[in-house]
Amino acid sequence: MTDLVIVGNGIAGVTVARHVRKRSNRHITIISAETDHHFSRTALMYIFMGHMAYQNTKPYEDHFWKKNRIDLVRGYVTHLDTTAKILTLANGDKIPYGQLVLATGSKSNKFGWPGQDLPGVQGLYSYQDVELLEKNARGASRAVIVGGGLIGIELAEMLLSRQIAVTFLVREKTYWSNILPEEDSRLVSRHILEHGVDLRLSSELSEILAGPTGRVRAVRTASGEEIPCQIVGLTPGVHPNIDLAKAGGVPTGRGILVNDYLETQIPDVFSCGDCAEIEVPGDARNRVEQLWYTGRMQGYALAKTLCGDRTAYQRGIWFNSAKFMDIEYQTYGFVANKPRSGEEHFYWEHPGGKIAARLVFDQADRAVTGMNFFGMRMKHPVCEGWIKGRRPVESVLSDLNAANFDPEFFRSYQRDIIAAFNQQYQASVPEPKRRFLQRFFA
Amino acid sequence: MSKHTPGFHPTPVYLNLLKVAGLVLFLIGLGLFTFSNFQDQFRITPEIAEQLSAHIPDAEIRQRLSPVVNQTFDNKFILIDNINRLLNPDHSIQDYQMGEYRFWILKTALSGSIREQALNWFFFSVVLAVAGALLYILTGLHRKPGIKHDGIFFDSAMMRGITGILLGGYLIGFYIVLYWFPQYLVQSIALVDPVSEWLRNRPADRWFMYGFLYTLAVSVMGIRMFIKYRHSNYHLVRTASVIFFQLAFAFLIPSLLERLNKPSMDFKNAWPLNYTFFTDWNLNSLIAGGNLGWFMLFWGIVLSLILVPVFTYFYGKRWYCSWVCGCGGLAETLGDPFRQLSDKSLNAWRVERGLIYSVLVFAVVMTVMQVVNYLSEGAIFGDYTWRVNQAYSFWIGSAFAGVIGTGFYPLMGNRVWCRFGCPLAAYMGIVQKFKSRFVITTNGSQCISCGNCSTYCEMGIDVRWYAQRGQNIIRASCVGCGVCAAVCPRGVLKLELTNPGERYNLVPDDEINALMEKN
Repeated sequence: MTDLVIVGNGIAGVTVARHVRKRSNRHITIISAETDHHFSRTALMYIFMGHMAYQNTKPYEDHFWKKNRIDLVRGYVTHLDTTAKILTLANGDKIPYGQLVLATGSKSNKFGWPGQDLPGVQGLYSYQDVELLEKNARGASRAVIVGGGLIGIELAEMLLSRQIAVTFLVREKTYWSNILPEEDSRLVSRHILEHGVDLRLSSELSEILAGPTGRVRAVRTASGEEIPCQIVGLTPGVHPNIDLAKAGGVPTGRGILVNDYLETQIPDVFSCGDCAEIEVPGDARNRVEQLWYTGRMQGYALAKTLCGDRTAYQRGIWFNSAKFMDIEYQTYGFVANKPRSGEEHFYWEHPGGKIAARLVFDQADRAVTGMNFFGMRMKHPVCEGWIKGRRPVESVLSDLNAANFDPEFFRSYQRDIIAAFNQQYQASVPEPKRRFLQRFFA
Repeated sequence: MSKHTPGFHPTPVYLNLLKVAGLVLFLIGLGLFTFSNFQDQFRITPEIAEQLSAHIPDAEIRQRLSPVVNQTFDNKFILIDNINRLLNPDHSIQDYQMGEYRFWILKTALSGSIREQALNWFFFSVVLAVAGALLYILTGLHRKPGIKHDGIFFDSAMMRGITGILLGGYLIGFYIVLYWFPQYLVQSIALVDPVSEWLRNRPADRWFMYGFLYTLAVSVMGIRMFIKYRHSNYHLVRTASVIFFQLAFAFLIPSLLERLNKPSMDFKNAWPLNYTFFTDWNLNSLIAGGNLGWFMLFWGIVLSLILVPVFTYFYGKRWYCSWVCGCGGLAETLGDPFRQLSDKSLNAWRVERGLIYSVLVFAVVMTVMQVVNYLSEGAIFGDYTWRVNQAYSFWIGSAFAGVIGTGFYPLMGNRVWCRFGCPLAAYMGIVQKFKSRFVITTNGSQCISCGNCSTYCEMGIDVRWYAQRGQNIIRASCVGCGVCAAVCPRGVLKLELTNPGERYNLVPDDEINALMEKN
């Protein structure tokens, strides 16, 4: 078999390498400009907050790569020649490939704001971003974060851990409301406020202002208010990093265009992870999936294809999770931010305002099609099975504890949720008996 | 232009002041506790020589002290020299016995301010240190409930910085003196005489002082755990349990038994962690102890040989290691700030297996010798039993479990002994690995490989290695502290009880990504 070269050592690229190694003996090289070894990008925040060191964020010990005969090259790929099948690194080294996987990840979005490249202004995506934040945070007392998604709230939590005051500009009316339904979004917004973040909803950035030293000194919002700060975090999402693909003439759109098999239109060039744009026939929008989980699943499918078992990437039942400060969030299936037609949303919230559940179900056959959970842990396979099996909402509710994944001695909220459902829908889902002892002796 | 960020509430200054004040009080208390040992004033009056009969029954040997009676010594070393010279001129008294004599002569002959103002000393050392520690700990209530590990990796005390090394050095030094040179600690031990007299009706010995401090440490740092984990019922219940077992079973019940002049026993201390249970002197004392003694003998055997494996089958070894055990109790309270220091490498795991099972074999061989020796009345192994015992007691019981086990908290994490040395942990580990309902399950493919679970595993298990493969975690060493599940930001891990046969539950292709193949 020919040499396999993977550009990018994130979860997508590394998953390809590991699974190709499980299935074949071919030579594998991973090239990365970011770090010598694969690390967990989702853990970057914990390095800054002092929960872990960089070393702790590596999912595999350093000797793993040698043992598995996966060559690691640290370098930035500047040129790609798909005819001669050669990559050129910034230092001039040439690396020939038999098959190439582009897993180059994402770049932080910047929307052409005046001052967006000033010192003190940054995104949060790469290891280098955390190093930069470490420098920018020195002596800083106030920060403004622009863009209300998952990275924004992470950055807010990071800065608060260093006693840096945070103003959080969110364009929407509530936090992450393009994804979260209203109540869910309000719950998270409240939690953000509780942590002392100056959350500005319906606020937009118009300009970033420099001080006498040329560093950022303030931002101006669309409403004309000037907010002084020493750090500006730009977190309005990410976009695929397609520079190398473009340079090599690999067709791109928003991302690197691939089919369901993650094959680009150039022979022996593949792409997976954040940077890939999966073409969808017909009028539907192409899919760009920028999650840890999808990167891993795409990497797995692609590894099979590369080893001769041509496998389409199928996402399966959607799931995702996050942690908003202290509140854990899990979602299964599809939960739109507003009920779609023929769809009913049932929402329950604990009086404390930090625990909630949302069940989306079909009005016709009552089948549960999506679930959001806040502050309670649920079993992934069970929830997935319910959605796949189109279990009616009443049946899911009466079985809810079967999916509970909270630690022992935690209170179950099943009875409260059922009571709320029965009241709201004049239903009579039976409340389960408390089975305290059974939990010990089952 | 807005001057302040609305809503922002940095840690208030007064809170930091309280923390500093607490720390200062604690250090003063600890300092006085340590410094007390330099308050040398000893005087052997005729009455004291008489009192010594409790510890030196032989009147002829007591008589040898007469040249120093009514002399005052303000230097411990000189008195010790005198004792060694006078008491044992021909080296006929064994080292161990001499150690006891030396200690009790110093302890009994101690006079001066520590004797006269024992309560004041107790207050300004122990009580002050506890108050300071509590003040520091209570500031934790300011933090919102939830996992708050901010800054741990920047902290000198918790990350083997200079503070951590000093702390480790202090603890190691304390253990070395406690185990092998207790005569240099007589003042610290005399400090707790009021407690000992009140509780046991007799003066404190080093084990009482140690047990008292140990119980205090578990309780005070247990309060820290209550605050830190006030969002997690599992940790609240578990912490209450270790405090209870330390306070009641390890400290109060044995003390009361001593007060009643009964044979004493820590009823939860199971063999082989309790390596003296089958020694001839313990067996003899139990058999001589009437009905209570016979019950203790029966209970010790039932606990070690029946209850330990049965409970481990039902609940995993956590029922002991992180709910009941004294070593575990200290590790889970005093040791909690150091859990991230455990080594997670594959090499450490290799060393762990080599060491812990060697200690188990050592303990079992020693016990067999003890029992054979007892039954044959010394006919078979003779003196060797005693020598093996001595070696185990020195190297394993004292050096490993004590000096390294606790002294190395700030250097190698809080479970060094439990992970690398404890023969009971090894024994339960075998049960847990091969026949138990206990397992840590992994939630589908939700793991993001962040590494919090591995980082905060005190036993050095690379939890993430399993979690990211969607594989359940069944490891002999896991003590079920539940911290991996608590620190996971995605709720991926859960401590569960299930059918032993279904525990492994390997996902096809041993890879969680295979989940999608089922679609």
